[in-house]
Amino acid sequence: MERLGIKYFLMFIVLVAVQVLFLNQIQFSGYINPYIYVLFIMLLPLNAPRYAVLLLSFFVGLVVDIFSNTLGIHSFASVFIAYARPAIIRVITNREEELSDYPGLAQTGLAWFLSYTSIMVFIHHIVLFYIEVFTFDNFFSTLYRVLLSSVFSIFVIVLSQFIIFRD
Amino acid sequence: MRSLFRLLIKNYPFLLFLALEVISVVFIINYNSFQRASFLNSSNAVTATIYNSYTSVVQYFHLAKVNADLSAENAQLRNILDLYQDVPLDSTLDINKRDTSFNFISAKIINNSVNRQQNYITLNKGRKDGIKPDQGIISSNGIVGIVTNVSESYAMGLSVLNPRWSVSAKLKKSGYYGSLNWNGKDYKHVDLNEIPFHVELEVGDTIVTSGYSSVFPEGILVGTIASFTRPEGENYYTIDVLLSEDLKSVAYVEVIDNTGIEELRTLKSETQNGATGD
Repeated sequence: MERLGIKYFLMFIVLVAVQVLFLNQIQFSGYINPYIYVLFIMLLPLNAPRYAVLLLSFFVGLVVDIFSNTLGIHSFASVFIAYARPAIIRVITNREEELSDYPGLAQTGLAWFLSYTSIMVFIHHIVLFYIEVFTFDNFFSTLYRVLLSSVFSIFVIVLSQFIIFRD
Repeated sequence: MRSLFRLLIKNYPFLLFLALEVISVVFIINYNSFQRASFLNSSNAVTATIYNSYTSVVQYFHLAKVNADLSAENAQLRNILDLYQDVPLDSTLDINKRDTSFNFISAKIINNSVNRQQNYITLNKGRKDGIKPDQGIISSNGIVGIVTNVSESYAMGLSVLNPRWSVSAKLKKSGYYGSLNWNGKDYKHVDLNEIPFHVELEVGDTIVTSGYSSVFPEGILVGTIASFTRPEGENYYTIDVLLSEDLKSVAYVEVIDNTGIEELRTLKSETQNGATGD
């Protein structure tokens, strides 16, 4: 239990640091803003109590908000996908499959993990970008930014699974 | 009653979800009042210290450009100085007297963005260096932003690329002024509004600050006109201004302290009170 706590604590620090010190600083063209701290919410244990998942997601969103001066936006999107997570997992899992408790790439297989990442990231980015502009004007321009950023986030998240957070 | 209670307990994730989303929405809507609590933005001690140490590493990669900028500015200042070299002493007194109400405080940008819908700047100087809210931020190439939050040793501000704020700017040639807004699309371009159709424009005309807002002195460079159109059914041009400062690469800035601002404010409120009083 204690080991688990330390592991998620380290994961939190690493993901937030990479997000605010690296990904928020590289600014391609204004269309690609990847957000990979979603991985923290994705990797929380599947049997964790739902209040813990919701509160931790709110917290990670709030910390990213404070660093990027966007109070409320990231926390809203994070809590949203944290609440949607069990339903998403139910949709993409076959009845016969036995899911391990930790939904990492090595435990779940590439196909499952890829669809899990894609759905979570895409929903998160849609909520995030539309709340950020706070209007449906330029609907397609925002959608374009959502799509490009999602592709980039998914790529980075899946790639990171081959390098760190493997167990 | 008990069954209602049981229902609530059974659905607690949904209630918690709602509560957290409501908190977030309150944060978003009351954006400004929460940001004023200075621990919820990037000028708080922890966040700013992290950004500061990060920048002190990363800035080495930009040193070449910073050096080039500084030497260019040096040369420009030397040229201006040269103009005054042969002028008799007493005739320059007027020039010196005119704008003594502005002090410049040099600062380093420790966090900056250009790709969001609202972009912010964090500076490494704060209250103890004399920085206050509502002071303008400029660089050697033009305007950068305005200070909004100040902590003991750090400050945070809105960049020009932030729709929550607009600058009063004028055409250098004709003196007509309008307001400068960012449309959220391109970090190199902003829109200048409220210039009426009878003003003659040309692509490449210089835009400078108007000096009406007391945040910026008059005549600070903003940019040049990149293109303009006359929208049908309106009275004003749509002008696309190319910013003279590349906000993506700016590293060192100056914060403008208007020492006359208190006097100006009192005068303004006295005038307004006087006008409504009788």
